[in-house]
Amino acid sequence: MDNHSPIGTTNKKGQVITDARKMMFEAPRTPSFYTGSEVIKEAIRRANVDVMIAYPITPQSEAAALIGELFAEGYVKEYFRGESEFAVMSQCAGAAFGGARVFTTTAGPGTMRAMENFPMWAGARLPIQMIVTCRGINSPLSIQPDTLEISYLLQTGMLVWHAETAQDFYDWILKGYMVSEEPDVHLPLALCCDGFFVTHTKDVVNLTPVDMCLPPYDPYRSPVPCMDMECPPVRMMRDPFVMKSNYISYATHASWQQEVWAAVERSRKHTIAWLDGLIETENVDADILIVSSGTAVSQGREAIRLLADEGIRVGLVKVKALRPWPGEEIREATKNAKHIIVPEFNVVGWMAREIKASIPNSDRVIAGPRVGGGMTMPPEIIVSEVKHALGIQDHALAGRGS
Amino acid sequence: MIKKRLNIRMSGLGGQGAVTAAHVMAMAASKDGKFAISNPFFGAEKRMAPAESYCRIGVERIYDRGELVFPDVIEVFHPQVITMGKSYTMPFYSGIKEQGLIIINSDEPLLSDEDIQRLKDLKVAVFYIPGTNIALEVAGTELSTNMTMIGSVAGITKCVSMDALDQALQERFGKKFVASGGTATLDEAIKKKFAKKEMLLAKNLATVKRAYEIGVEWAETNKFELQVAAMAAA
Repeated sequence: MDNHSPIGTTNKKGQVITDARKMMFEAPRTPSFYTGSEVIKEAIRRANVDVMIAYPITPQSEAAALIGELFAEGYVKEYFRGESEFAVMSQCAGAAFGGARVFTTTAGPGTMRAMENFPMWAGARLPIQMIVTCRGINSPLSIQPDTLEISYLLQTGMLVWHAETAQDFYDWILKGYMVSEEPDVHLPLALCCDGFFVTHTKDVVNLTPVDMCLPPYDPYRSPVPCMDMECPPVRMMRDPFVMKSNYISYATHASWQQEVWAAVERSRKHTIAWLDGLIETENVDADILIVSSGTAVSQGREAIRLLADEGIRVGLVKVKALRPWPGEEIREATKNAKHIIVPEFNVVGWMAREIKASIPNSDRVIAGPRVGGGMTMPPEIIVSEVKHALGIQDHALAGRGS
Repeated sequence: MIKKRLNIRMSGLGGQGAVTAAHVMAMAASKDGKFAISNPFFGAEKRMAPAESYCRIGVERIYDRGELVFPDVIEVFHPQVITMGKSYTMPFYSGIKEQGLIIINSDEPLLSDEDIQRLKDLKVAVFYIPGTNIALEVAGTELSTNMTMIGSVAGITKCVSMDALDQALQERFGKKFVASGGTATLDEAIKKKFAKKEMLLAKNLATVKRAYEIGVEWAETNKFELQVAAMAAA
């Protein structure tokens, strides 16, 4: 028995610090009828978070405010509001450099404004968790769920997961820290969901006991030393040696970046264990598959029901993790599919592009239906897309707007 | 008609409590043991701007998210949804399913002859309820208009029980008082507030009940049936 282990001890709120696997996989669950924002609060209540930094932007403002309540109740050690999203993400870096477990939330234009920080977090190997409640980023303004911002996050070196439901969200917030903080990973996590469709929707979510919380973050598991601003270990902040133009500095920079992406790869085994695979599949022996992430999967599930009523059998692949990217899993799941329908809540179709790059005969991929600006995707338009692929005439949408 | 899923679209104006109404309905349905979700849809938050919410109730797990494009029931919380086009769809009944139901909070008819004919073609029933008047009369405030919209749809479709609505209202407005062992002064303040809350709860419930009864009576008189199937026995 490790005498230094905090497991089994009680924190000042009376929560028992519990082995994360026991807490997530074995502890009894209580069904609760909550909005996604309330679910974020309940996950953070149990996450042993040291620092939360907030800035208001719809649709994450409610969650950020609710975590302020947790701070008032004593569940979060430090909480304050930054001057802007850029400031918030920089402050998160400072707190994480100092060895704290850090949490923040953002959305849409906020994500874009803070973007410079995300590759910096990954490069500095800071296991910050950021909730991204996706919203439109372009003008004209939209506060509705559009997932375009995720495509930018994919290139930052952060882990990126895309939750479908509030239940995913609850579990993945807690599991996310466990993956992020592994010494061979130690990377930030962007845990994304579609704003409003998850944050403002009331749904049944099974919660772990309120008197259990995760073990605290142990900064000594970091693969790089904690930052001491009086004596920075690699002088990352001022006059860093990697900015000198010589062979050593180029080689250092290249290998450092490779190491970040190698860490993303190494997160694969942990993510598979915690999330029960990077993808979830149903009836993938069908000729037609719907493949996507987030609530586009939910709409796909409804479309599959409608099609089943008409005798058309369609399978499903839900992509849970985007980074690491489950290329091999998707290749295997789609090997028999003749048509691969990829519904998306963004105008560019980044998910379809990722899938096309991963599978043979990529002309099987039908990049749509897509809705932009956070508009709704009724299951009926996915049904239409499937029927179109099969050459069946469909008048389901003829009445729209009549 | 008995359906596996009842999709309710609530079209209102900011500040009227359409979002709360959908949440309360879904909470009640969940308490009844049915599957339910609710979510709002709105732009920049301001009073009198269009605001919609959606409540889906069914006998199997519900995945569908976002705007309800093809509803079974539309509830219009304010005449301006129709008269001033304060709606996310034009006309406000766009997408309504055949044999559906429209409940309008108004003490006078608002539909054009063309609208009436189109809805007739779709076999959609239209029910006017003077919700704001009922709220003023029973609760003493027009802020309880949303309670009449909850009551009327529940009375007509029986998609949620009065008992579950009572519990859902208690949960939404009654609880959330964390008496953290404070001073006697704090306790006193909480008690005072609680007395007020109880009054608000009682009046809201009475408003829901009145509208429920009106809904039941209308459905019986007009022999209108639109219901969610009973849950299969476990």
